[in-house]
Amino acid sequence: MAGNHHPHEAPAPVGGNLFNGATLVCGVLIAIMIAILAVRFVFGLGAVTNLNDGYPWGIWIVVDVVIGSAFACGGFSVAMLVYIFNKGEYHPLVRPALLASLFGYTLAGIGVIFDLGRWWNFWHIFTPGYANPNSVMFEVAVCISAYIVVMWLEFSPAFFEKWGMKDAKRKLNKVLFFLVALGTVLPMMHQSSLGTMIVVMGVQVNPLWQTKLIPLHFLLTAIILGYGVVLFESCVAASAYRRRIEMHLLEPLAKIMLGILAVFIVVRFGDLLVRGALPLAFQPKVAALAFWIETLAFLAPFAIIGSPSARRNPAKLFLAGVAIMFAGVMLRFNAFLIGYDTGTGVDPGWNYFPSVPELMVTVGMFAIEVLGYIIITRRFPVLPREAVQAAH
Amino acid sequence: MSNRRNFLKGVVAAGGAAVAASAVPMAAEARETKQRPPEALGLLYDATLCVGCKACVAACKQVNENPAEFSTLDQLWDTPLDTSGKTFNLIKMYRSGTMETKDAEENGYAFMKTSCMHCADPSCVSACPVSAMVKNPENGIVEYNADACIGCRYCVAACPFGIPKYQYDSPTGKIAKCELCRHRTKDGHYSACAEVCPTGATLYGKTSDLLAEAKRRLALKPGTFATFPRGKLGGPDQSYENVVGNYQQRVYGESEYGGTQVLKLSGVPFEKVGMPNLPPEAAAAHSESIQHMLYGGLAMPLAVLGAMTFVARRNVKPDEHDGDEPKGEN
Repeated sequence: MAGNHHPHEAPAPVGGNLFNGATLVCGVLIAIMIAILAVRFVFGLGAVTNLNDGYPWGIWIVVDVVIGSAFACGGFSVAMLVYIFNKGEYHPLVRPALLASLFGYTLAGIGVIFDLGRWWNFWHIFTPGYANPNSVMFEVAVCISAYIVVMWLEFSPAFFEKWGMKDAKRKLNKVLFFLVALGTVLPMMHQSSLGTMIVVMGVQVNPLWQTKLIPLHFLLTAIILGYGVVLFESCVAASAYRRRIEMHLLEPLAKIMLGILAVFIVVRFGDLLVRGALPLAFQPKVAALAFWIETLAFLAPFAIIGSPSARRNPAKLFLAGVAIMFAGVMLRFNAFLIGYDTGTGVDPGWNYFPSVPELMVTVGMFAIEVLGYIIITRRFPVLPREAVQAAH
Repeated sequence: MSNRRNFLKGVVAAGGAAVAASAVPMAAEARETKQRPPEALGLLYDATLCVGCKACVAACKQVNENPAEFSTLDQLWDTPLDTSGKTFNLIKMYRSGTMETKDAEENGYAFMKTSCMHCADPSCVSACPVSAMVKNPENGIVEYNADACIGCRYCVAACPFGIPKYQYDSPTGKIAKCELCRHRTKDGHYSACAEVCPTGATLYGKTSDLLAEAKRRLALKPGTFATFPRGKLGGPDQSYENVVGNYQQRVYGESEYGGTQVLKLSGVPFEKVGMPNLPPEAAAAHSESIQHMLYGGLAMPLAVLGAMTFVARRNVKPDEHDGDEPKGEN
């Protein structure tokens, strides 16, 4: 039973001080967010957001939930590589990626509550008699909730190790394979369904994005984004904690990412050609411009890290990670906001741009993620153990 | 067992799952667009009969206990510019050039009613995750239940007519839209907009009867005189003589998204008066087809989960290192 017995460093806490410039900034941003949310819950969504009936969903949904959860696909993408494709050498990446995913998803789940106009009824979505299985949102909600639980369980060994709960860890280890399996299936389900959510909006969504293949687009790009985020996050963590970059892992990972990306590009343009929607990309319209920005961002990694020598350059891996994250953002923004137009209402139509308080809540959510990542990696065994630790 | 073989197994399992997941939306049986129930209730709005008096807007406000909305500096009377969280029904005006002729596309003007179309296959009902928006199986009225609603506004985003609206100015905001005055039927009333309409431009009745009435009007000769019912089709006779309008030969709502229970006639092309061009297949049918093919009976998720569990079972070697054991291997 060779399995994936690859020698690699066990995870260990980074250590160091929790009070520093970065955590202080995060703390302030989180405080601002809490103040804004207090106003939102007392006076309603209109008091702090620019949401309107032409754009009933703004950045709290599109950024915090749709994009936030896609950014959080690192855990799923890496776990699939390690456990399903048995690439054990990537094992050191699992815990850090899982941690980022855990935060991304948990906050996406909490972020939904801020946006729900009648949030006290949220439990209806899980309750037979209320729940509507025909609704794509029902599937997304149930699946994301289940995945959050699965991820906390998958990650719990980090806590068990810290607190010496060997018995709990041993018990969990026995069912870990099933959690891992669930942890790959659930994201496949809801990441694709997040795309399906625009299908019922019908003619209101520009045909550049309104396609029956949108679930496949969202699924493929979520996996690609997962690897892109790992590239990004590994480089950032390495530079912030002055650790060495796991180049021997990131280099082949980048190659895998490019492979799936190539598949996506073929599917994306094949679909546009078959449906005859491509001419829309050549109209002098904002949607067409947004489409090309999205497309160029998806193509950029081939230019940045197309060659093996470029893939050995950490700066280029980082750039490619950023490009692919931006591309994923654009696809989701375009499908939900820029490509969306009700076409009804008063001339000259509806407009939406997020208000400052709206933006500050999204920033605050991001700050929670960064703060949580810092606290947990410094205090719990997440990142691979290094000879010299806790430089800060 | 070699690493490579395990890797290949993973590739096969995950690849198979991915192929299944992507191929199915095009293959398996689709959810057909739903049709109106036989006893469907609705309205027929005839723009050529409408004189723009807005009695229907005022009556709708009154019976739904909605406050006035202002769009002018001197807040003298209710002047909403669109349906909203406080306005379920509105008459909008089309203007062109000199506005000389009523119901003329060029240099003319026309009216158009904006309110819930009560679709045969409503996007809002399909979208709603908590069954707060449901279609009555008998009369087909699209009903809203605020006690079930979570305020996610997916219905607002989904509706191609821009009808469900949300009350953003309230911490307990509800979704707001026309429910065809279903709260007034027990008192022997019907839709207030049709009750008060002086010209019969808004007519209440069974949609099948309204469709026949609409087709009768389309067959009349423009400019001649004909009899037009008012109020409720099949109710007390309130009919009167009026001039036949110069209709577009189309009943809006007959087939759009599988048909709607509110039907419309117009002298000006419908897309110019804010009625979108919709295909006969409902978006809800597309959405639910994908949803059911991927998740129907949970067959596909369970199959993929089985494959993943099988592979993971072989590959997951839990970390045995503990915090205090510097073994560093798994």
